[in-house]
Amino acid sequence: MSILINKNTKVVVQGLTGKEGSFHAKQCLDYGTQIVAGVTPGKGGMTWTDDEGKYKVPVFNTVEEAVKETGADASLIFVPPAFAADAIMEAADAGIKLIVCITEGIPVNDMVKVKRALEGTGVRYVGPNCPGVITPEECKMGIMPGHIFKKGRVGIVSRSGTLTYEAAYQLTSRGIGQSTVIGIGGDPVPGTTHREAVEMFNCDPETDAIVLIGEIGGTMEEEAAEYIKECVDKPVVAYIAGVTAPPGRRMGHAGAIISGGKGDAKSKMEALKAAGAYVCNTPAEIGEMVEKALKERGLL
Amino acid sequence: MKIHEYQAKEIFKKYGLPVPRGIVAHNAHEAECAAKELGTPVVVVKAQVHAGGRGKAGGVKLAKSPEEAGKIAAEMIGSRLRTYQNPEGLPINCVLIEEGVNIDKEFYVGLTLDREVSRPVFMVSAAGGMEIEEIAKTNPELIIKEHVDPAIGLLPYQARKIAFKIGLTDRKLISQFVKILMTLSKMYFELDASLIEINPLVKTKEDNFICLDAKIDFDDNALYRHPDIQELEDTTQIDPLELEAKKWDLNYVRLDGNIGCMVNGAGLAMATMDTIKFFGGEPANFLDVGGTATVERVAAAFKLLLSDPKVKAIFVNIFGGIVRCDRIAGGIIEAAKQVELDRPLIVRLEGTNVELGRKMLEESGLNIIPAKDMADGAQKAVKAAKGEL
Repeated sequence: MSILINKNTKVVVQGLTGKEGSFHAKQCLDYGTQIVAGVTPGKGGMTWTDDEGKYKVPVFNTVEEAVKETGADASLIFVPPAFAADAIMEAADAGIKLIVCITEGIPVNDMVKVKRALEGTGVRYVGPNCPGVITPEECKMGIMPGHIFKKGRVGIVSRSGTLTYEAAYQLTSRGIGQSTVIGIGGDPVPGTTHREAVEMFNCDPETDAIVLIGEIGGTMEEEAAEYIKECVDKPVVAYIAGVTAPPGRRMGHAGAIISGGKGDAKSKMEALKAAGAYVCNTPAEIGEMVEKALKERGLL
Repeated sequence: MKIHEYQAKEIFKKYGLPVPRGIVAHNAHEAECAAKELGTPVVVVKAQVHAGGRGKAGGVKLAKSPEEAGKIAAEMIGSRLRTYQNPEGLPINCVLIEEGVNIDKEFYVGLTLDREVSRPVFMVSAAGGMEIEEIAKTNPELIIKEHVDPAIGLLPYQARKIAFKIGLTDRKLISQFVKILMTLSKMYFELDASLIEINPLVKTKEDNFICLDAKIDFDDNALYRHPDIQELEDTTQIDPLELEAKKWDLNYVRLDGNIGCMVNGAGLAMATMDTIKFFGGEPANFLDVGGTATVERVAAAFKLLLSDPKVKAIFVNIFGGIVRCDRIAGGIIEAAKQVELDRPLIVRLEGTNVELGRKMLEESGLNIIPAKDMADGAQKAVKAAKGEL
């Protein structure tokens, strides 16, 4: 087992016919992801094919139609920022229970409204501004390079794309596989939080250890630390980026900013240490630390 | 995006919020005329810069005559205002001349996103005028908080709740206060603000509320739907290197150290800075070249790093995912040729096709110091910056 997605997940890609959508859909299909439908308003009825003509996917005008015709149960969103919030709401309205939104640059207030609208609906959405979700060797819903991941029993949750790759690559190089890897994204209002991801991994019998990669800004890592302290017995290895970041300056991600005396890396690291996590000083230590943690628990 | 106080007050006025009468002046003569026109016994001369803490830094001064206003304006305009928020200082290109107000009591009103609950939150305190961040640390109970439901906006009862908690009793004042808060909530959503702050909101001796200061920050991601606001941007208030970076769509933040960093991905870029620091070095910047790292962008990034005279060594840290390492290596080689690198360059490449990428760098004839991993690269960069490599 894994969390969120597996080989049976049927994916509809919103924005399939766009440049980004087309490129990454092909990469996902190559990885083995079941992409059963695409949605582009006004292009319903056409059949999408990749640049090599290897795959054929039917395109619909609405997600509702796509779900009805193909039984899609997860959506991967590549539509431009101005239309992305609308796309998430459309997928939710069509009964999709897992939505992964890759789009970067969505207005914050749009996501505040989406978050409010989806409260209590049971819809799980990941992102925006994220690399997506992958269950290695089963299903890739995102833009991550598939070959650096390996099937296994370590869950990874991260706010940063390239740091996720860095961590997964170090694990894979050491022969340690991953159950599921979730990029929750670098925006200030993420659909899925660190805490929620850690909770899912904690409840997954096939995840033995959890890697949590955070960064400055917000209090998501502190909230996860609280949960870890109370409920998690599995080893947690953590890294927080941004020790050197000055307050008040946004470090690339809209969400990576220390403001109002909140969200600095040190307090996050301390909270995680106090919760019993193994905290790395540099990302170069992640692989080594996971190996150590697994060995200490007799899991490797 | 930030705007000036006088611009924020124009917007406040459009929304019907009470602000003092004021006139913008670009030189001493204009300032003197403005003070005469306002005609109050005292006017306030306020430096227009994108920084808080202006009062303490000498950017807000009282003038008892139009001549004095002119004199103060002459001193301010053309100089740089150094504040605790911006020690390097920002250029003062204009001042706002405002009528004096009979202050009875000062309040703080702020509205911004509370990331813990993903909703905007009002923060109001009867201890206004002082440094609110200090109060938040020492006496957080003095700040009244109220969240706004994005589906319905602030409701009048919420504003009333705050009014009573900060000790308002006069019915006229309460009704003025409620109207101000309701308007701010409306503005926040309509204009896609990320922060609205009034510090201080003043109760006058005549028993009226007036917004003595006004600050609005906007969500960059939403500017596309507010072209009129986009026009308010004042690029003189932005670091010239950061401005240049923006042209190339590079995420760049200048720091104080001497090791220039070029990294793909914001998280990895921060982590690279941290790793340099961990090994005893100081990063000169944050720079995310993004996922594609094309020749043009890498070249622009190199130029940017080299234009900072403090930079003694450059550390390129790239994880090639979808974009293969051989293509990235090609980009680095091409860009390095274009810009004539005169400082040590340490390159760490990892990911897809890494062997080919490394080989290309080796055979390029460029003076590139290869690193086997991030820690190794950071250590080499630290040494190179000290001239030990």
